Amino acid sequence: MIRHLHPAAWWLWALTLAATAGLTTNPVLLAAIIGVLVAVVLARRDGSPWGRAFRLYAVLGAVIVVTRLVLHVLVGLKFGTITILPLPSFHLPSWAAGIELLGTVRLEGALGAALEGARLGTMILAIGAANALASPKRLLKVFPAALHEIGAALVVAVTVAPHLAESVVRVRRARLLRGDDARRLKAFRALAMPVLQDTLDRSLALAAAMDGRGYGRRNASPRGRVTPALTLLGLLGACVGIYGVLDTTTPRLLGLPVLVAGLVACVGGLWSAGRSVPRTIYRREPWSGPEWLTVASGFVALTATFIVLQQDPASLGMPLLPLRAPEVPVVALLGVAVAAAPAVLTPVPPLASTRPVAREAAL
Amino acid sequence: MISLRQLTIRYADAVAPTLRDVYLEIDEGELVVVIGRTGSGKSTLLGALNGHVPHFTGGTVHGSVVVAGRDTATHRPRDLADIVGVVGQDPLAGFVTDTVEEELAYGMEQLALPPATMRKRVEETLDLLGIADLRAAPLRDLSGGQQQRVAIGAVLTTHPRLLVLDEPTSALDPTGAEEVLATITRLVHDLGVTVVIAEHRLERVLQYADHVLDVVDGQVRSGSPAEIMRTSRIAPPVVALGRWAGWSPLPVSIRDARRAAAPLRTALSLNPASRGYGHGPAAPGLTAHRVRVDYGRVRAVADVSVAFAAGRITALMGRNGSGKSSLLWALQGSGPRTGGTVRLPDGSDPRDLKPADRRRRVGLVPQNATDLLYLESVAAECHCADADYGHATGHTAALLETFAPGIPPERHPRDLSAGQQLALVLAVQLSAAPDALLLDEPTRGLDYPAKAALTTTLRALAAQGHPVVVSTHDVEFVADCADEVVVLAEGELIAQGPSAEVVAASPAFAPQLAKVLAPHPILTLAQLQQALPQGDSR
Repeated sequence: MIRHLHPAAWWLWALTLAATAGLTTNPVLLAAIIGVLVAVVLARRDGSPWGRAFRLYAVLGAVIVVTRLVLHVLVGLKFGTITILPLPSFHLPSWAAGIELLGTVRLEGALGAALEGARLGTMILAIGAANALASPKRLLKVFPAALHEIGAALVVAVTVAPHLAESVVRVRRARLLRGDDARRLKAFRALAMPVLQDTLDRSLALAAAMDGRGYGRRNASPRGRVTPALTLLGLLGACVGIYGVLDTTTPRLLGLPVLVAGLVACVGGLWSAGRSVPRTIYRREPWSGPEWLTVASGFVALTATFIVLQQDPASLGMPLLPLRAPEVPVVALLGVAVAAAPAVLTPVPPLASTRPVAREAAL
Repeated sequence: MISLRQLTIRYADAVAPTLRDVYLEIDEGELVVVIGRTGSGKSTLLGALNGHVPHFTGGTVHGSVVVAGRDTATHRPRDLADIVGVVGQDPLAGFVTDTVEEELAYGMEQLALPPATMRKRVEETLDLLGIADLRAAPLRDLSGGQQQRVAIGAVLTTHPRLLVLDEPTSALDPTGAEEVLATITRLVHDLGVTVVIAEHRLERVLQYADHVLDVVDGQVRSGSPAEIMRTSRIAPPVVALGRWAGWSPLPVSIRDARRAAAPLRTALSLNPASRGYGHGPAAPGLTAHRVRVDYGRVRAVADVSVAFAAGRITALMGRNGSGKSSLLWALQGSGPRTGGTVRLPDGSDPRDLKPADRRRRVGLVPQNATDLLYLESVAAECHCADADYGHATGHTAALLETFAPGIPPERHPRDLSAGQQLALVLAVQLSAAPDALLLDEPTRGLDYPAKAALTTTLRALAAQGHPVVVSTHDVEFVADCADEVVVLAEGELIAQGPSAEVVAASPAFAPQLAKVLAPHPILTLAQLQQALPQGDSR
């Protein structure tokens, strides 16, 4: 069977993996999550430009790790015993908050910083995986009708972004025709002005086209006070619930139950608002076995890690003081391994046309 | 169907209203062609029909626009989406989805049609437009003509009663344009759709029109094609011929003109046109030898060898995507070239030069001419060009004044008309005094007077001994302007020769006069006037 998996399934799967990564700095577990993400993306992305953008997210993740390390060397708290880079330290005067710059870099502190960076980098990579596996355009199709104004902005942004890259290439080539003798600032303006104008024109044209084709039409009859009431109650409930979950002194009843009730009310509000924007879907993206399986595999990883967090929180971290090899949290690791199942158990996506070169030729 | 009452539209910062006191009634099932110079208010008139003006553009509207009983004052474009379909110049800019089938369904989804109806209408529309085999194709990979047909199909699926098209064929090659126009006329005749279409190249649509609206300085004159064409400032060649020959009624189609032209053809065979190509062989100004351009595994230009003569204007023709742009960029030296050589008369290869020096030898005006402009005013652009080449201040401005007189120097380049923008870029590029000049699709969006001005400019350059190469789809422009024609197909050179021979021989590329006067090799009215001096057998 060849078809696209429902985009929401990929996003839920990726978000649960991102959440799992957020729970840990254990390098073994982070490496496992990265491995699962890469394996599934390589197995199930299509040939669209979004599929190819996964590499960019990998680069972004690496940049985050490096940035975190650089910040650590500059201003971080350099704890530990093993010196790896002896640097002089500068003490800023007290009016600058008494920050200490540089100072001897020690292995434990640097490792801790790198792993924190890696945690964030892995979460970014998970978002990248979702983008590569489910084109944002397909996700927007399942966007709630009530949020059509935000939806319009997103469609425009998502559609115009590739054009932006195209205009940059085109204008840079055109600059050669004017001799390309511009100085730096002038050169930047010469590139930025036409590109931005071009992109703005395109965005407006697209928004006008969407409007002219009926995007966001409303029924004449408003839904009365149900929608605002549900939305307001829902948001209030969500706020109280989040407070309850985070603050351990509040009664438990004020935590999760209120949060869930609030979210349900929010969804109800969205649904109610969506009914005033009539819209049908030409080919509904099917939601069946593989979608359930994908989402479930992500939740298995998250739940397993959450259980380990409750039972043995130390095993999800990196023992730095004293420095030891990280533990291997078997349950969490098995859970993450389950999340690799979509790489083989989901349908193969249809091959998108692979003619980017023809487009380049037309530029 | 459409009724405009005392419509006056004025944009916020405009001195004068763009449209003034327009009264108009358009009946169901009519094909109405809107003509007018660039900046005359054509686009505003079209935009007013679905409420795009003023809901999207801003501006003050007096009077009323009522389409199928709905007033645009109270209905936004989205509320008119089920009765008005709008197709713009650049189909790609209006596509919301990624594939043909999704795009056709998009409008119906917004109108909340039941899925079963959508499936049926998508199939019908695919067949109606002859694009059934493209249903799953990504929109970006289609040719220009196919894209424009998909764009029309995408608004047709909602069964609009009015179709508004703003220059739907301006970016298309002659064959692609024919496809699109054939589709439009079929809609009018088979489905009774009312069509309002704006078009610069009147020769393509006039024959199909029931009514013509002539927009002059914000005022709209309505009438039958023959009636409006009698006095219009904008006229296709066949009308110009009819006016010159004094025919009544004025022919607007090739068929009518050919029937009226029988005496002309007889007169022509009596004094055979002595039109040779009086130039004789000319020295090559720019020589390409086995030029090849590859993009990855796509071969855009395949071993093209051609010499562009100094002092001649050569037209480069061919389908959309046949490699014209790639060849021009390779000739100039700034674009990629995988193989072959390009030589200037002194034996140097423009690619080996630095960009600044290259520009002094070969100038190129790219397809999106405005890519070259980035300053806030015309004067600043001219100053910048002067400074680049150490000219005295005012050199470029003086050049510009000869191409397009009267452009206010403080105007922002983006606010100029297409013709004025082209003139500005041309002036900037010519300030480097290049030996050879290349132009990529310069006639896009130009009206007849602007094209005539461009022809004059290019002729003057050629007369100074520069080789000029123009890629274009516009056969009438080629007939008027070019000495020689080079035709590319799939990156290969398939025809080359004097324009009369190459252009007249092909049914797709033949200009109107050649069709009217065949078998006589006459392409333009000027040639005819030369062949038949005054008073001869009118």
